[in-house]
Amino acid sequence: MTTVASPPNVPPSVAPPRPVATRGPEPKPAETGVWVAIATISMSFAALTSAMVVRASAAPDWQHFRLPPILYLNTLVLLASSFTLAAARRRITAVSVRDGLPGLYVTLGLGLLFVTGQILAWRQLAAQGLFLATSPSSAFFYVFTALHGLHVLGGLAGLLYVLRRIRRVVPAPMTALGAATLYWHFMDVLWLYLLLILIIRV
Amino acid sequence: MDHAATPAAAHHHAPPQGFLRQHVFSLDHKVIGKQYLDLALVAVCVGMVLSWLMRLHLAWPNLPIPGLEKLSPNGAANGVITPEYYLSLMTMHATIMVFFVLTSAPFAGFGNYFLPIQVGAEDMAFPRFNMMSFWTTCVAFLVLVSSFFVSDGPALSGWTAYAPLSAVGKDAGPGQGMGQTLWALSIAIFCVGQLFGSLNFIATTLDLRTKGMSLARMPMSTWAWFITSVIGLIAFAVLLPACILLLLDQRAGTSFFIPAGLVISDRLQPHSGGSPLLWQHLFWFFGHPEVYIAILPGFGIVSTILPVFARKPLLGPRALIGCMTAIAFLSYTVWGHHMFLSGMNPFSALLFSVPTLIITIPATIATLLWIGTIYGAKLRFTTPALFCLGFISVFVSGGLSGFFLAQPSIDTYLHATYFVVAHFHFVMAVAAMFGIFAGTYFWFPKMFGRMMNETLGKWHFWLTFIGVYCIFMPMHYLGLAGNVRRYSAFTDDYLKPLIPLHRFITIAALFTGAAQLIFLYNLIRSRFRGPTAPANPWEATTLEWSTTSPPPFDNFGGHPPVVSHGPNEYGVKGATGDYVMQAAPAPARLH
Repeated sequence: MTTVASPPNVPPSVAPPRPVATRGPEPKPAETGVWVAIATISMSFAALTSAMVVRASAAPDWQHFRLPPILYLNTLVLLASSFTLAAARRRITAVSVRDGLPGLYVTLGLGLLFVTGQILAWRQLAAQGLFLATSPSSAFFYVFTALHGLHVLGGLAGLLYVLRRIRRVVPAPMTALGAATLYWHFMDVLWLYLLLILIIRV
Repeated sequence: MDHAATPAAAHHHAPPQGFLRQHVFSLDHKVIGKQYLDLALVAVCVGMVLSWLMRLHLAWPNLPIPGLEKLSPNGAANGVITPEYYLSLMTMHATIMVFFVLTSAPFAGFGNYFLPIQVGAEDMAFPRFNMMSFWTTCVAFLVLVSSFFVSDGPALSGWTAYAPLSAVGKDAGPGQGMGQTLWALSIAIFCVGQLFGSLNFIATTLDLRTKGMSLARMPMSTWAWFITSVIGLIAFAVLLPACILLLLDQRAGTSFFIPAGLVISDRLQPHSGGSPLLWQHLFWFFGHPEVYIAILPGFGIVSTILPVFARKPLLGPRALIGCMTAIAFLSYTVWGHHMFLSGMNPFSALLFSVPTLIITIPATIATLLWIGTIYGAKLRFTTPALFCLGFISVFVSGGLSGFFLAQPSIDTYLHATYFVVAHFHFVMAVAAMFGIFAGTYFWFPKMFGRMMNETLGKWHFWLTFIGVYCIFMPMHYLGLAGNVRRYSAFTDDYLKPLIPLHRFITIAALFTGAAQLIFLYNLIRSRFRGPTAPANPWEATTLEWSTTSPPPFDNFGGHPPVVSHGPNEYGVKGATGDYVMQAAPAPARLH
């Protein structure tokens, strides 16, 4: 059997009629949806970043402060959760999900730990007397972390929903799991980006 | 009925039982589409009454309007509108019309109902998000309207809510406290709803097309909704954080938009260092694309309907898709043309002026393609066809003044005058409304299984068409004469001679508004008493006309159509008549 590289050796007289359908691989609306969501969330944070750049140069009242060290620990927790989720996903197939469940629970736990850590970071800042309205830099810090935290909570809700479904529905909805994983990894990337601009600007 | 959890039963859906699941919290895109249209109908009635109040006050500033003092004891004591209340009415008129009518009806309403059917899907990709999208929008509307009933009345800083007066609270005037907070809250909620909606539109168009429905075979209306949802996805993603920052400035004491040392109402504002221009940039980065969110669905509706009544294929469908894509792209490069007077750097004004002039090129090409489509055609002058022609007319009338306003030097003179009011009402508001009317008369038989009355429809068209020209054409002259907009009364000597023209406009507005009662009567009566509609009353080709009127719960009765034709096969020898439907079987091929 020749490979696809050479043109098919078929006489033109028996060539099949042009197919009506011109489609690529099986469409996965859930993944498309998450990609679209990633685009729109990126746009929101791009708008906020540009607002921060403009605001920082608008007046000399920008106050630099040291980021709470717990943020770096939180970053590690969030990154670890992505690894546990990826490992869990590798162990889950459409017919057998049991091996992956512990990984999913660990991911959920790490996600909650991250959100708790972010709240602790707020409390550390508040203890230093830095509140939302104290200075523009602290305002942007709270806005960025709060909005990212809300999106992480959304991701946790999505993971819970997927967890419930893969335990009950056979065959397991692998597309939904893939979409939730994609979103969760995006939360990592988004947080790394936010942490970077916070380090640079704040 | 759990759509998401039962993929195995994806090809046969029974409708849900119970009134709530069927009509209120429905997951069916057709019900949600109708809910959006009903919401828009309520909103447009409110918005129109507000414009009447404003027009009456402009023509006869001392005329008491009976009953108004009950709605606002402070804003209209004895029924006479105060200047502040006039601004509140203006703000609410614009906000309701732009967000809850011009976005809700042509995009979310018709799009929800017809996009899935036109691509041959049985529902949207995410029915739950779809339901949330509508109810979020509904909550946003209720929050906005509730500001009429708070003590100081609604916000008065316009639909653009320019900072810092929108951000400092009550010191900036009545309505700038609670009213303005409700405004920002409402728009933030609205953004969330539209983001859910856009996400659904995009995933449905990309992933749920039926067999044979290639992108090139999608009807123009589907293309328009798809491109509009891409615009919306980016635009509302910017407005949402902007509204959050505005809310924080108002309620949490931050200073994103409020500069230092600002004294308002003799009070030093306790804020520092914010940038009012930042709000304008964020707002107009959304605001200009929003104009195209309102008008592009109209492009799609007209491009779909015109060939049906011209019995000719649409001229240059690919060019038209290209035009819409170009407009979508360019719409993100022109926002600064709203800010020529804002104190922005004059060099950047030039930078925004050039793409503004360039964006007229795809808009002009689209118009020429429509005119080319009807050239030499034996047009069937039905009501939807008339409204399509009206759309082209008002779009051109409004577009022409855009050439003037795009140039900073001319805009400096005209920006704060009625010339701009005339421009955007023609090109955005009236044109989009004509698109909505065309869509309503065209798709009503499909949505309700009954025909609308043609005679009443034609009366409605001609009265509205003449009426809107009587209202908005004179505003160009007012603007050229230097008549400033946003004033509640014209007491200056140079403005006094213009008052008769204002009275003419007011009378025209009252008459044109009254003519809409014909539409309302036709709409309600036809819903219950109209003659039964066949499956394809207009002899159109797109998929929605292949199914029954109204379509069954899963749109095609469990038999998804297979598409073998483009949407434009008019004026050809078909199996029946002069057209070939998209779902007609492919012509047999000889081997």
